[in-house]
Amino acid sequence: MMLYDIITAFWRDWVVLKHRMIKFILSRMVAPILYLVAFGWGLGKSINAGGGSYLDFLVPGILALNSMNIAFNSLSPLHGERVYHKSIEEYFTAPINPLSFAIGKILAAILRGMISSAIIIVLARIFGADFSITPLFLLVLALNSAIFAEIGFYAAMTIDSYEDMGRFNTYILMPMSFLCGTFFSPDKLPLVFYYFIHVLPLTHTSLLLREISRGAVPSMVSFGVLLLYMAGCFLLCARVTKKAQE
Amino acid sequence: MLRLEGVKKLFSYKNAQGGKAAKVAVDDISLEIKDGEIFGLLGPNGAGKTTIIRMLTMLAKPSAGNIYYGQLNIRDDSQKIKELIGVVPQHINFDQDLTVGENMHLHGRLHHMPEKERVKCIGEMLEFVELSGRINDSVRALSGGMKRRLLIVRALMHKPSILFLDEPTVALDPQVRRRIWDLIRKMHRSGVTVVLTTHYIEEAENLCDRVAIINSGKLIALDTPKALQEKIGSYAVEWDNEKAEREFKIFRSKEAAKDFADGLVQQNVLRRRSNLEDVFVELTGRKVNG
Repeated sequence: MMLYDIITAFWRDWVVLKHRMIKFILSRMVAPILYLVAFGWGLGKSINAGGGSYLDFLVPGILALNSMNIAFNSLSPLHGERVYHKSIEEYFTAPINPLSFAIGKILAAILRGMISSAIIIVLARIFGADFSITPLFLLVLALNSAIFAEIGFYAAMTIDSYEDMGRFNTYILMPMSFLCGTFFSPDKLPLVFYYFIHVLPLTHTSLLLREISRGAVPSMVSFGVLLLYMAGCFLLCARVTKKAQE
Repeated sequence: MLRLEGVKKLFSYKNAQGGKAAKVAVDDISLEIKDGEIFGLLGPNGAGKTTIIRMLTMLAKPSAGNIYYGQLNIRDDSQKIKELIGVVPQHINFDQDLTVGENMHLHGRLHHMPEKERVKCIGEMLEFVELSGRINDSVRALSGGMKRRLLIVRALMHKPSILFLDEPTVALDPQVRRRIWDLIRKMHRSGVTVVLTTHYIEEAENLCDRVAIINSGKLIALDTPKALQEKIGSYAVEWDNEKAEREFKIFRSKEAAKDFADGLVQQNVLRRRSNLEDVFVELTGRKVNG
């Protein structure tokens, strides 16, 4: 029965996505095209990425930051559903395990992250980027989406105002988008920053995606860090879901 | 039977001095609601009615005390209880991104209704509230009255044996309010126990078999509307005082009320039967809608 309830929570988000699929796909194309034109074609021509083109270096970073943003923002409307519309009470008065609500929501956000990643992969190929996609590559993208979907879920279930949800984007997601090995290698940062950046999950996603796309052996430590984040964030989601009914 | 035993709910809040303090929203309430009755929780805004409903529907946990549904209690058997209850919240809580039909399907899925049964039930329910033609409309496009009717039939989809309605007719015009009352009576006739909160006196008088009057989180009276009126006296005399404020007095006999009214020299003297509002004012010293 829990699986059925997970599917129900997922079904709701899938129905909403289906209503807006064209709009979703078009809007997901804007930022990647800008990154690819500005940093890939424009700025990238004068950057030495140590062997390959800067475009090839850039694509895994864009995929990492995009899957983070999409997965997180897929669940930010949950904040309005909780605080303003109170539509999530419909789930909490139903005979379901509340955890299935959280899992269904997170899975739907992962799907959105993966669809937008597929759009970027197609666009990057059109722009002439050369990188290999393997099942492991997709797994890392899914893991990254899962972590930030969980963070999005936690934020939406705990933050009380729209303004604070916006601040989460400004103070946490935006700095990570630029600093976590997305547009440049973290090796170039001062030592203190280097270690700080390596505590964050997005850095490990960028590193793993870049290694896999180049055909190199991926770091098991980075995998471990991502798995740890995923498990830790899920526990937080479970706790906050339980608390929402008290 | 639904039973509350010493139920208490505390909320923490910031007091005027900026320190943390605890507010008692529901204070040691014990009562029983019988199967098949329409039971009203009556009280002014902020009395604690919604908090009681939220605890009964497991959207909030009591700080102390227990709530039993027959042999089941909310601490250990919440999933089983949720199968028995339907909830119509005060706030219109539809999923704003879904259509009328999709909102109904979501409810049916959450209550594990098979697809065939769900589709049939949605058709019947929408027809019942004359919304069949709106099945593919966004819920945002419905009027306030339509949303209320839809909220009620959505809660009935999984055939609950107890229905909770929190202020079911708040902010509705008189015609729509009466249609909703009719809907509640129809459900009641089909065997559903109804628990509703209201701050409209006439709603409690028109619908409820028994009424609990709640004030400042406390249960101050519990009986049938008629018995409550008889307890304070069945006859009332109203008049305007010198400050143009309305005053009233309750009497046990018609004759006593008449004698008193005949002796009044003030303006706009009116003799009438007492009502629940008189009961409330007598018991609490404040107007229900005030």
